[in-house]
Amino acid sequence: METGKQKTFVDKIWDVFASVKLAAVIFAVIACTSMVGTVLEQNAEPAKNIRILVKFFGESAAPAAYEFFSRLGFLDMYHSWWFLFLLFLFCSNLIVCSIDRLPRIWKLVTAPIHPLTPDHLDKMSIKRTLTLKGKGGAADLVAASLKAIGFKPAEAEVDKDRQFYAEKGNYTRLGVYITHLSILVIIAGAIAGVFFGFNAFLNLPEGQTSSVAHKEGGKEIPLGFEIRCDNFDVEYYGESDMPKAYKSWLTVLRNGQVVMQKAIVVNDPLTYEGITFYQSSFGTVPDSAAHGIAILRAVSRDGRSEEIHARVGDTFSIPGAGIQGRIVNFSPALSVDQNGRPFTYDENMINPALFIEFTGPGQRFSGWIFKRLDRTWQLPDGNRVEFLNFWGVRYTGMQVRKDPGVWIVYLGCIIMAIGLYITFFMSHRRIWVNVSEEKGQSKIFIAASAHRNRAAFERTIEKLVGMLVAGHKGGTK
Amino acid sequence: MNSSVLFGLSTVAYVLAMILYIAYLAFRQNQVGIIATVITMAGFVAQTFAILLRWKEFYEIGQMGILRAIPLTNLYESLIFFVWCLILAYLVVEFRYRNRSFGAFVTPIASLVLAFIDISGMSTNIQPLVPALQSNWLLVHVMMSFISYALFAISFSTGLMYLIVKTEKRNEPAYIFWTAAAGIFIIVLAAMGLDYMTFKLSVKNQEELIKSYLFRATFRNEAGFIAVVSYAIAAAFMYLVWRYGMVLKKIISGFDLSTETLDDITYKSIAMGFPIFTLGGLIFGAIWADQAWGKYWSWDPKETWSLITWFFYAFYLHSRLMRGWKGKKVAMVAVLGFVAVIFTYLGVNLLLSGLHSYGAQ
Repeated sequence: METGKQKTFVDKIWDVFASVKLAAVIFAVIACTSMVGTVLEQNAEPAKNIRILVKFFGESAAPAAYEFFSRLGFLDMYHSWWFLFLLFLFCSNLIVCSIDRLPRIWKLVTAPIHPLTPDHLDKMSIKRTLTLKGKGGAADLVAASLKAIGFKPAEAEVDKDRQFYAEKGNYTRLGVYITHLSILVIIAGAIAGVFFGFNAFLNLPEGQTSSVAHKEGGKEIPLGFEIRCDNFDVEYYGESDMPKAYKSWLTVLRNGQVVMQKAIVVNDPLTYEGITFYQSSFGTVPDSAAHGIAILRAVSRDGRSEEIHARVGDTFSIPGAGIQGRIVNFSPALSVDQNGRPFTYDENMINPALFIEFTGPGQRFSGWIFKRLDRTWQLPDGNRVEFLNFWGVRYTGMQVRKDPGVWIVYLGCIIMAIGLYITFFMSHRRIWVNVSEEKGQSKIFIAASAHRNRAAFERTIEKLVGMLVAGHKGGTK
Repeated sequence: MNSSVLFGLSTVAYVLAMILYIAYLAFRQNQVGIIATVITMAGFVAQTFAILLRWKEFYEIGQMGILRAIPLTNLYESLIFFVWCLILAYLVVEFRYRNRSFGAFVTPIASLVLAFIDISGMSTNIQPLVPALQSNWLLVHVMMSFISYALFAISFSTGLMYLIVKTEKRNEPAYIFWTAAAGIFIIVLAAMGLDYMTFKLSVKNQEELIKSYLFRATFRNEAGFIAVVSYAIAAAFMYLVWRYGMVLKKIISGFDLSTETLDDITYKSIAMGFPIFTLGGLIFGAIWADQAWGKYWSWDPKETWSLITWFFYAFYLHSRLMRGWKGKKVAMVAVLGFVAVIFTYLGVNLLLSGLHSYGAQ
């Protein structure tokens, strides 16, 4: 900044936004306010947060505290105007301080390295001196050794001495700016997502079709096509009730025509025309057990099989066996108590079972068959009834999202990874080697600097010194 | 031999190493130091095999493919992996800087974590993967997060040591800061230990213990008298740490660690940890969240706290560039940064609820 000239108001504002100090303050403010936002549950019912506040402020002051935080927007703080304003400040700070520093850094990056006078070389952070006996050859040795440690030296004459100088990684000084840029790209992607995308959900019962999804608050969003849930199922680990997979079989329809089919699980969604469906939850349609359809496969002793769709109360027959089965009862989760009496232990379809009465010529038996236990499928007379599904009673809960900005966010992430790598793991290294010949010996002076990770560069310099000494000995033999 | 035997062996080795490293500090006997290093390495080897064995056991039970069988799916396994990373990072530092004194600060952290596993009675069983965790991102996301946590733990201990050595007067802010930080750290650990001992019989579930009984034995005791006494003892302890903190300074000053080296290790471990944390913790986490939940960022407490941690360390890296901030002030930021790490890692899972809650099982 030039002295003597009065700074204008705009200059002062510019200086504030260009300062690292403002960045530090913004970091601190965002971090501290975010902490409050993680303690108070966002977008929750008032009662929940009042319970939390009671722990901090006591029974009597909690409602007032709630009112206070509510007024300040802390209950949906990441979307409040002041939090967005903080993010805006953060971005402005990033942009301004980058613009402010970039020209100087750019000059440093693009300006070629110059030979330096001994006075200048003395100021470098890394210095080594060594003397090689015997005349000649030292200069060539220096040039070759510099090449061997990865530098391409230029040559000049300084005060009658020969000087070799080289630099590497001058562009690594831009790493910080690449990282800063990536943050802006990510935020731009997030904004694009807010304006051109949506976040919605869809609870779709088995067998039903929908052409819309629902936003929070109930607003309908047309999908532009139709989606049908063909089936939903939960897989478990062995015979335990620990879920292994939640799976929905989906069909995408356009004008009644099937255009896509996929079974989605958590971590593997379906995407069609930029809209993605994520497995998110599931549930039982209220009062649905009565019209659920049991899908069975009856297999006779001689191997004939037939798929059967039946409701509770229906009767079916096993092909060619002359036996009739009547579905008497259904339980979504059946277990057996200590006295051997069956009972339903959960409303959700965790372990579905059917009670079937079989009647045939001269025989009559009945029992529970379980969907998850194939050993219960075998009937005492050698026939088999496989319980494949109890269909039409559950819905799959899906997160429905369109976000054209996500690719910008990913691009930003890639840029950030590159920027961070350059910033923290690479450095701008400069080296000057002065060779002066006098009285039958060569005096070699090495000066070098690295703007980051000096210790590693010092080890390289040690290697260079070692090579010069060894090379010299090798040469004189 | 199964993995739990090997885990037991490594625990014994680390506790033994802790005692030896402290003895080495006190008596300055080189042989003691060498034995400490050898035992730490033996523990490390045992733990490495234990993790690999558990990986194999998990693979055989889960049937999910080798990448998804990584034993990093619950609190117990993640703590074990954290200790492993910490010891590895420490051994690297010991060999690079040729200085053992630092072991007396790192092995106690490892032993404390292992003791916490033991006394809290958390489940050490292998549990099959819940659907949300069945992704190849699990491996890179969790692994890189923990590598960065371990690096931050190193920066925490060197940062703290730097403050201990660098402070001269008892009324200096940096001195008050480090005595308060160390004092609170020990008090919280002690209070949690008391909670555990008092409520061991009445509470079955470990999560319940921490969620509703935290500090019930001491500061939040129903008997007002005990609560008051607890606060008094805590205050007295804080005073003692403050009053006699210089003793610690004398001990650490006796090591051959220059303040420059301490500052250098602090900076280097953060300069390594920060990009790893950004990439593995935040970016890979966001990509995974995008695949699993349909939102790359949903301001879930775990996400928010990792962002807070990120801001702390970004603050550290930037404050080094500010005039008048070098030295003690940045060391304080490094210490605070690790407090944020602890909260991101444990506090969020134990105290807050959210999408990442499977970690508390």
